[in-house]
Amino acid sequence: MVHTFIGNLGHFFVILAFIAALVSAYAYFTQTKNSIEDQSWAKLARWSFGIHAFAVLGIIFSLFFIIYNHYFEYHYAWSHASKNLPTHYMISCFWEGQEGSFLLWMFWHAVLGAVLIFTNKRWEAPVMSVFMFVQAFLASMILGVVIFNIKIGSSPFILLRDVLDVPVFALNPDFVPEDGTGLNPLLQNYWMVIHPPVLFLGFATTLIPFSYCIAGLWQKRFKSWIRPALPWALFSALMLGVGILMGAYWAYETLNFGGYWNWDPVENAVYVPWLILIAAIHTMIAFKKSSSALKTAIILSITTFILILYSTFLTRSGILGESSVHSFTDLGMSGQLLLYLLVFTILSVLLLVKVWKELPSDEKEVSTYSREFWIFIGATTLCLMGFQVLVPTSIPVYNSIVELFGGISNLAPPADQVGFYTKFQLWFAVAVALLSGTGQFFWWKKMDRGALKEALTLPIIVTLIISAIVFIAAEVQDITYIIVLTAAIYSLVANAFILFQFGKKNMQLSGGAVAHMGIAMMLIGILFSSGYNKVVSLNTSGLVYHREFPEEVNRENVLLWLHEPRQMEEYKLTYRGQHTEVIGFPDYVPSHHLQRLEDPHYALTKRALVHEEKTVYEKGEIVKIYPESIYFEVNYEDEKGKSFILYPRVQISEAMPNPIYSPDIYRAVSSDLYTHVSTFPDPENETEWSQPETIRVKAGQQFFANDFVAVMEGVEKLENTQGLQLGPDDVAIKAKIKIFGKEDVEYIAEPLYIIKDQMVGKLADEVFDLGVRINFVNIIPEEDIFEFEIETTQKDYIIMKALQKPFINILWMGTLVLVLGFGMAIRRRYSDFIKMRDKGTE
Amino acid sequence: MKKSHIFGIVVIAIAITIIISTAGDASSYVSFEEAKVLAAGGKENKIHVVGQLKKNEQGKITGIQPSEDRLAFSFIMIDDNGDEQMVHYNEPMPSDFTRSEQVVVIGAYQGEEFLADKILLKCPSKYQEEEL
Repeated sequence: MVHTFIGNLGHFFVILAFIAALVSAYAYFTQTKNSIEDQSWAKLARWSFGIHAFAVLGIIFSLFFIIYNHYFEYHYAWSHASKNLPTHYMISCFWEGQEGSFLLWMFWHAVLGAVLIFTNKRWEAPVMSVFMFVQAFLASMILGVVIFNIKIGSSPFILLRDVLDVPVFALNPDFVPEDGTGLNPLLQNYWMVIHPPVLFLGFATTLIPFSYCIAGLWQKRFKSWIRPALPWALFSALMLGVGILMGAYWAYETLNFGGYWNWDPVENAVYVPWLILIAAIHTMIAFKKSSSALKTAIILSITTFILILYSTFLTRSGILGESSVHSFTDLGMSGQLLLYLLVFTILSVLLLVKVWKELPSDEKEVSTYSREFWIFIGATTLCLMGFQVLVPTSIPVYNSIVELFGGISNLAPPADQVGFYTKFQLWFAVAVALLSGTGQFFWWKKMDRGALKEALTLPIIVTLIISAIVFIAAEVQDITYIIVLTAAIYSLVANAFILFQFGKKNMQLSGGAVAHMGIAMMLIGILFSSGYNKVVSLNTSGLVYHREFPEEVNRENVLLWLHEPRQMEEYKLTYRGQHTEVIGFPDYVPSHHLQRLEDPHYALTKRALVHEEKTVYEKGEIVKIYPESIYFEVNYEDEKGKSFILYPRVQISEAMPNPIYSPDIYRAVSSDLYTHVSTFPDPENETEWSQPETIRVKAGQQFFANDFVAVMEGVEKLENTQGLQLGPDDVAIKAKIKIFGKEDVEYIAEPLYIIKDQMVGKLADEVFDLGVRINFVNIIPEEDIFEFEIETTQKDYIIMKALQKPFINILWMGTLVLVLGFGMAIRRRYSDFIKMRDKGTE
Repeated sequence: MKKSHIFGIVVIAIAITIIISTAGDASSYVSFEEAKVLAAGGKENKIHVVGQLKKNEQGKITGIQPSEDRLAFSFIMIDDNGDEQMVHYNEPMPSDFTRSEQVVVIGAYQGEEFLADKILLKCPSKYQEEEL
């Protein structure tokens, strides 16, 4: 049955949300012309905002209802969910599709809009008219309405039959698929449950400083918009930063490019606005005494928001094409996205040009010893840093523009992205570290040449001592790294000095110093974990790679045959076979202990599953498994005999074109050992078996199977086997064969010999790990002899890569310190705003 | 000259450096023939070539040679102009390699042979959005 009601309800809410947003924007706009006493239009605006927020919740409820109840007649549920999807991942379905992620963004806007209305009455009308105008644009993205042959937005409530042109719907319009195609397993991860909402909260909050800024320009309150906007700008930078780092951490744990940051266009598209927002915050802090800081703050607040729109355009219009690992399906909305971007860019520029002359300007040149000067230099560095990333990331856009005018452009992104971006960003990072250390002294004290010398001497001495110790202890010899590290340590030391000198008086004001220390720590962590990233599995055989290529090329992977230990640096590695995750069982289970059933989500246990001497599942029970993941058990043993086990995995799913290899990480205090599988025997390739070898054995007799010792333990008559309806004259006999693998692992093969309706049937059993298949071919009762055919194939293997990432924990710790610093700054700036607001001055 | 002017000039200089270096480091999509010409001209820039794996009459992929230790492999690729080229890659063969619809290799010529630094695969979706 097709449940049309809930979809229609959802679509009604979408249209309601769009119209209410427009009404609210218009009413707020009209209210700005009224005096603050006349709240008639404001009342209408608030009511329509309330209706809008209610409608947004209604959309979310309807979509969740569809996903939760498995209404696969809806395209969204069919393409992003499935029956086997656990409830806690259903929420991730929202951000697999574009419509859902726009919805998430709208949701945050609705929440933030409510907070704005309740906290700031004085700015409410102008700020909210900008805010709701943006929100109306966003709502139009999921509108799904056709006007004059132009499709506006893509609704998440489209029925499958309206999207797919397949014959089944012609025969039966009420056809409902049995199951959905499922959620991409990459999103079935706890980080992917929280990373998108946090990042989108960051996206959504950039609208607030933008709205305040536009409202300030428009209302000609050129300076006073900054105080209420500043805590929001800080909050936005915090959320964007945390969102980005969560994504990085997820990539580190889940993807296999060997790190946390790949300079992928999608990563860059958020990194750039974040840098510009940080620059904006710094100038917002300095606006009072410097009008150039004020002008810059205005430009950067606007730019941040425009860059967020640009990044939305880049990632969702399909323009990036193959140049990104993040692929959003192209919904054919590039025109609408471009319009969204251009409308706000052009309107902001026009407004800025109109009021530019009226903005205050300085009479005097700013002094080199003023804090404003140093903040300005810092902000400029951050902007250039962002500019350097933006220029190459936009390469696909240049190609499109050239093609638009009939030209041909074959420009591709730099071949070695990481190397390319690093060689610039590294030096910008040095500049940022030096400025963030030095700038703080200018901020807290009146400076001249003498005072500066006095203030800096001690921090510099301490920096040099600590740096020297670190260089010797960590054997840092590369000159570039020495410079980066010294700069980062300087920033850490200088900000620590500031914290102890001024934090004593008022800890509340020290958010900046703490945040800077966090950044410095992150820089140190990045330097060590990336710069001193070591390939442990390096194969230095000295072999010339190919006769044509003169230089030696090292191989970065090792091949491990099942149960054959191999030395790699200080570790002895042993691959111990494929494992499966069984729901309700705490350990991974060797895959050969399970027999897969027709429904891939279930398996039959071939032996009891025991955990800590407690039997969780009996032999012969049907258990639920995660069929998409294969875990490869790799045992590491060091020279002292200490060992640990890693389970790198591969995910193969209908919902993804390529298999995804995820690492497993052994975490120690000083470094992480990161291991991922590069390739393994393709499960989709048909196995090539050897010519069968016939053996004849008695019960209890030993024989060889693929060079492994095996013993025929006996036979057992089966009463009624699975799936075989045995008649009264039929017989099914199971042979139990034990095979002794390496490292004392025992395998069991149970081939069947069946006589049914006077016909002989055979059911071979395969031991995948050992590359053995045994067929039960004959019974010679007179001699008590059983005849088997043994076929062999290649044994199981993996090719894996192992990397060592020293001091990566400093990066994650730095992140926490950064969050703390931002938290302190937000608290301080927010209480400033509240004080001024309650005085009624702003 | 005022300080702000010097400052402005420095910023513009850095911005121009960034743009020029991007133009210099940017790669390009070319055919094998163009890549050969570039390499012969002494340019060692890494380039992108788009193409497919070579198939025989039965539609089976031919010309894949894993190295003895399986840690590297080479294959024959046909670019969009129909030119064949042996490509070497110093990484193990991805398990879905033979299923790929389209291959993008990023690398450069070394003599007559093409050495890939990176390979991007485009595999057909196992399920097509257009089908049930």
